[in-house]
Amino acid sequence: MGFFSLLQYALFLLIVTVLVKPVGGYLSLVFSGERTLLDPALRPLERLIYKLARVDPDEEMDWKRYAVSFVCSGLAGTLLLYAILRLQYVLPWFFAEYHTTPLTADLVMNTAVSFSTTTIWQAYAGESTMSYFSQMVGLTAQGFLAGAAGLAVGMAFIRGLARDNSKGLGNFWVDLVRASLWVLLPVSIVGSLLLIWQGVPMNFNRYVNAVTLEGGSQVIAQGPVAGLELIKNLGTNGGGFFNANGAHPYANPTPLTNSLGMLAIVVLPAALTNTFGRMIGRPRQGWLLFWVMAFLFTVGLLFNGWAEQRGNPRIAGEPNVTMQSDRAQAGGNMEGKEVRFGISQSVLTAVTTSNTSTGSYNSMHDSYTPAGGMVPLVNMLLGEIIFGGLGGGIYSMIMIALVGLFLAGIMIGRSPEYLGKLIGASEIKLITLYTLAGPVILMVLTAVAVVTEPGLAGLTVNGGPHGFTEIFYAYASSFCNNGQSFAGLSANAAFYNVTTAIAMMIGRFGLAIPALALAGLFAAQRRRPMTLGTLPTDTFSFGVLLVGTAVIVGGLSYFAALALGPIVEHLMMNG
Amino acid sequence: MNILKQIYPAIAITVVLTVLLGIVYPLVVTGLAQVMFPAKAAGSLIEKDGKVIGSSLIGQPFTGPGYFHSRPSAAGTGYDATASGGTNLGPTSQKLMDNIKTAAAALQDENPGTPIPIDLVTASASGLDPHITPAAAEFQVPRIAKERGLTADEVRKMVSKHTEGRQFGLLGEPRVNVLELNLDLDATRPMSKGESR
Repeated sequence: MGFFSLLQYALFLLIVTVLVKPVGGYLSLVFSGERTLLDPALRPLERLIYKLARVDPDEEMDWKRYAVSFVCSGLAGTLLLYAILRLQYVLPWFFAEYHTTPLTADLVMNTAVSFSTTTIWQAYAGESTMSYFSQMVGLTAQGFLAGAAGLAVGMAFIRGLARDNSKGLGNFWVDLVRASLWVLLPVSIVGSLLLIWQGVPMNFNRYVNAVTLEGGSQVIAQGPVAGLELIKNLGTNGGGFFNANGAHPYANPTPLTNSLGMLAIVVLPAALTNTFGRMIGRPRQGWLLFWVMAFLFTVGLLFNGWAEQRGNPRIAGEPNVTMQSDRAQAGGNMEGKEVRFGISQSVLTAVTTSNTSTGSYNSMHDSYTPAGGMVPLVNMLLGEIIFGGLGGGIYSMIMIALVGLFLAGIMIGRSPEYLGKLIGASEIKLITLYTLAGPVILMVLTAVAVVTEPGLAGLTVNGGPHGFTEIFYAYASSFCNNGQSFAGLSANAAFYNVTTAIAMMIGRFGLAIPALALAGLFAAQRRRPMTLGTLPTDTFSFGVLLVGTAVIVGGLSYFAALALGPIVEHLMMNG
Repeated sequence: MNILKQIYPAIAITVVLTVLLGIVYPLVVTGLAQVMFPAKAAGSLIEKDGKVIGSSLIGQPFTGPGYFHSRPSAAGTGYDATASGGTNLGPTSQKLMDNIKTAAAALQDENPGTPIPIDLVTASASGLDPHITPAAAEFQVPRIAKERGLTADEVRKMVSKHTEGRQFGLLGEPRVNVLELNLDLDATRPMSKGESR
């Protein structure tokens, strides 16, 4: 792999690492209600919102009430978006000649669920389906709301581990508002302007009718793109303005916009490890989680980069074509990739987004080599623990730690505990529920899809093992609230719209609710003192245990499916 | 704990934040953008003789032998900027190999014996890629020189002018903007009516 690829990866990881501490500190200030620089501007607005919503900001919620609020918030967002999209044709900025894909009930239901669960599985092409009003008031707003809700739940989980003898996990409405106003909004304003500076459009003009240099006609879709594109990444949502998402030159014109976008995705989830460490009073614990995530991230990055740079051996067999990497071309597997990104920035994006349940992309994963395309898939199957989704990542990783501690405790005959909190019978039941949800849902849905006609009907571009991978990827992505796809799957059909929506909802609420319940149990416990017998959780060996647990739990669950898809295809391709 | 009690704040906060983040925020950013970066906010459009001929960010199809050609495109029927997308063909797909073989055969006629850079036979992810690699441009230099009556070095100089290096010396890849290069070609050495188009 080239020098410049490695340099870009290293620089990216360096910047993330450097930002973890300051951002983590800021987040802990915001969610503890302490003073920050933005208070003079935002506090009055915050108070107004609480007055309008009749929320008492000092009221603490126990886990049940927190969970109900979270679900109600998701429901409200889903219904509002459903209404906006179904009424699109009577709302402003609807261009009938361009927005030709009909917004059927099942497509809208799927879209509404997908946006409010931060999945943003887009079974539609933005520029031919969504009006500017929908993109703006519907999708952009939901990008904020769903991202903020996820962050809130993450904070509640952290509080569960940080508190003792307490029933309260915070106030969901306060967390939601603070996440939106103090975190997402300021970064979005600055970020969007940076994007526009690099060329991302932000206008309400009609599509432009150009006459090309050779005299042909080209209609160029426009819109309030920058506003959506920033929060798409920052909120770990992933839903882009255009069909080609981050590959579209308007959405992502330069390598800088791509790098900024990837930073926007990763920095908050990475910083949450630091916030976690601060709030439990043991920063080293947070750093350990960060380094485990960084390690797994790097492994995926290097493997994916190697596979894509090596390219497609069948093309290598073509005598006339060269994939050689040199000063004049990036080479490698360029099908479904953009020249400005080459291999390095494409792979960086594929790995960053698949790790963080963000569904954006700047290259077509369906065209990746089998080994290359397997990396985003495995990243998702591991459970979105490598930095993970905004808020969700921290508790996903901690769940793996809890499983690991449980197994280790059993092996050495100690009661498993984490940070002084006992992992007892009730806790294990919740952890098991959480851990089993993924494999059960994914296997069942994939199996149903590959044996039924409506399921197989989606395989319009690729068949065989690659087709199998497309279907498996679709459900993995929906369940992990990621949203990216092997886009060859024709997913805008009632079968997929309904089944992926089910996967999305279970992936979001079916995981967040056990997590909140667990947080509630932990908060109520009295913290046990550390003794010589306690398994230390901030050491290198614990890090190894974490990685091992993640790989074993994920690997064992999914190896069979991977064997049927990408592994077989890799063998076929090289055979 | 009453579920109904949570419904009112859910609706109220959703509506308030939707207005703030879905209406006020985009409008504010649009306003700032119109002031700070008007041309970019409007889509980096290029005008020639008072008409819009495209955008410097959006690729266009070129078929004439006197023009540099863009990459293959799967956006609609090719470079359809209302239908962005790639082929999504998997690496073991026969259709992919057929596409590549066909494109390669056509390009071989142009420059027999020279290996063809991969980006010229593969479709981009968006279908609207405005760039080709410097290798792909270099591959086309002999044809352009012949058609336009320039020396190869003169063409190379023009290609250099429209080649962007890695950003800040390390991000991304070097790339050549095809539309801007072709515009420059037309301005510097236009093809007369008699020549092939």
